[in-house]
Amino acid sequence: MPTATDSPRHEHLVIERLVFWYFAAALGYMLISMVAGIIMGLQLLSWNPLPALEHLSPGRWRMVHTNAIAYGFLANGFLGMLHWVVPRLSLRPVLDKRLSYFIFAAWQIVVLSTAVGLILGEAQGLEWGETPVWIDPLAQVGLLLVAFDFGYPIIKVKGPMYVTLWYFLAALVWTFLTYAMGNFIPQYCVSGSAAGAVGGLFIHDLVGLFVTPLGWGMMYYFVPILLKRPMWSHGLSLVGFWGLAFFYPLQGIHHFLYTPIPMFLQYGAVLSTIALEFVVLTVIINFVGTLRGTGMACLSNLPLRYFYTGITFYFLTCLQCALQTTMTFQALIHFTDWVVGHAHMVMFGVFSMWQLGMMVYLVPRLLKTEWYSEKWCYWHYWASAGGLCVMAGDLILGGLFQGWSWAALQPWEKSIEVSIPFWAVRIAAGAVMFWAQLLFAYNLFKTWQKSPLRTGEETLPHVAPATM
Amino acid sequence: MFESKSGIFLIAGIGFFGLAFLSNAVVPAMMYRHLPEKPVADLVNPNVRYQFEDLAQRYPDEFKAAFATEQDPVPTDPQEAAKWYSTKCAEALSMGRKIYTGEGCWHCHSQFVRPVSNEDRRYGPVSKSWEYQNELQRPVMFGTRRVGPDLSREGGRRSSDWHAVHFFRPKTLSPTSPMPEYPWLFDGSPDKPNKRGLALMIYVQWLGSWLESYPYYEDYEPTKIEKPIAEAE
Repeated sequence: MPTATDSPRHEHLVIERLVFWYFAAALGYMLISMVAGIIMGLQLLSWNPLPALEHLSPGRWRMVHTNAIAYGFLANGFLGMLHWVVPRLSLRPVLDKRLSYFIFAAWQIVVLSTAVGLILGEAQGLEWGETPVWIDPLAQVGLLLVAFDFGYPIIKVKGPMYVTLWYFLAALVWTFLTYAMGNFIPQYCVSGSAAGAVGGLFIHDLVGLFVTPLGWGMMYYFVPILLKRPMWSHGLSLVGFWGLAFFYPLQGIHHFLYTPIPMFLQYGAVLSTIALEFVVLTVIINFVGTLRGTGMACLSNLPLRYFYTGITFYFLTCLQCALQTTMTFQALIHFTDWVVGHAHMVMFGVFSMWQLGMMVYLVPRLLKTEWYSEKWCYWHYWASAGGLCVMAGDLILGGLFQGWSWAALQPWEKSIEVSIPFWAVRIAAGAVMFWAQLLFAYNLFKTWQKSPLRTGEETLPHVAPATM
Repeated sequence: MFESKSGIFLIAGIGFFGLAFLSNAVVPAMMYRHLPEKPVADLVNPNVRYQFEDLAQRYPDEFKAAFATEQDPVPTDPQEAAKWYSTKCAEALSMGRKIYTGEGCWHCHSQFVRPVSNEDRRYGPVSKSWEYQNELQRPVMFGTRRVGPDLSREGGRRSSDWHAVHFFRPKTLSPTSPMPEYPWLFDGSPDKPNKRGLALMIYVQWLGSWLESYPYYEDYEPTKIEKPIAEAE
């Protein structure tokens, strides 16, 4: 182990400018995604103000909504986070700084051309894999470069690694494999029910093997730092990682229950989903245990508040998963807004909240100045978390009504009629969430404007605000 | 092993992923190997051929502009003409599927009838594996959400005129429908579908055309609009 004196300095390890660029890009895509979501939400209420033009079609923008969140917001946010965390944990810079800049540019091109492709009607018929087929090979090469860039410092670590690096190393492998599996096999190799099984595996692995490990790796890094204490139990960290690694990939088929996919495979997916819930419980216990005696920190420390809100939502979504993948639940809720509510709770309630919390924590450090308005950060937290609670609760409830109306063989129009109030509440909640992100982006802009890096004033020594 | 790089890289990263891929993807693919994938040309059955020729009669000018161009007109010899219609129908089906995907139709309309929730009574026979073993289900269109009804037994239930008006402006026929309008599939009015419009119509009419029970005339609702075909005839 290098001693404190000969360990490399932070400024030699982290390309701070690039971290900030990734965050700015991520927020830009978040806003684009939310505009797309609002267009679709208004369409459902027949309030869509846009003219019926090909390139403004809500059907196409709905795909921009999901893809911009996955590949625009989450992927960019995670790449920025990796640039901060990996070198600091492994005490080595990334493989090559020029490669890092290249990856940044290449990834923005991939995401933008995906959006353009979708708007031009070139989508591939696979959820979250709508990326037009001519972009897929490019994205695949990009992911390989990402794996090399961050994999190198991780591989160079001597001796046992910290939990965060287990998750990151696995995620680099999984993301590459998952993208390859989902975008090429159902398009070129198999069709029919078997392709459905691969498609289920893909959408599930994208959440479970790309977003989840990066998200948890991030939590295992930032939560102990913010609380100034180690994780409660190393044993539980081990159980959590290996349980997740084993059970998560086995569940893809639970997205397509009651399809012609062989029944024993469907039951297998259901059982493994329920098993995973127990693993998740150990992770939650570990994080709650870490908090022991300092629970108030969640109120006084803003980034920590985002993190533990996300952890709570994670527990809720996984509990929901274990119930909703049972055949009994599926009969009622499949194809309804319940699933949409669930998806929003995972993607926004958990992973977006985590990333936004991480940005709240890192932006003052990157820009060497306090947030322009700390009060706006609090507003952002409450509007995001509150809006999400209303939206997810509303859609989950609405899904039950839709399911019952279908099972009762009511005319189709009735299921639309019964959905209208839920869709109206959803758009209101969505508007609040959108406003919160606009405020956050504006706050970031104002903070950047007063940053000594930009104004050229004397760079202050490292700023560490007391409350954030 | 549990905290080492090689353990995580090989066992968790590659091993567990591979295990899941084997059990969740390779096993179903092996189980359905007796159902080889049908190419589009083999999917043109008499039902959908009838619908395709019906389009040719309903929209003669538009059909001619889209499929029977001057370089490739309908052959005069009846046998050659039959072949021509089948080839063009397959071409239209592929294009229709591309539009169906590109417009995101499949995000609001599923394509599988489940054995629960009274779905066989609403839509028709429960979906079987062999129905999906074809090129037009690559990637498969099971769907993800039903804002609108399932479409896997939609073919033949309604006339192509109905579909034309519905694609152009859904509210004309279903006043409470939240479905977006698709005027770019037409040259200005619902009686003038362009090539993309015709292709999407034939794709929708194809759905379920492989079943003996096609079409469900007993569930058929007569359209409320005047058919332009009446004048054409």
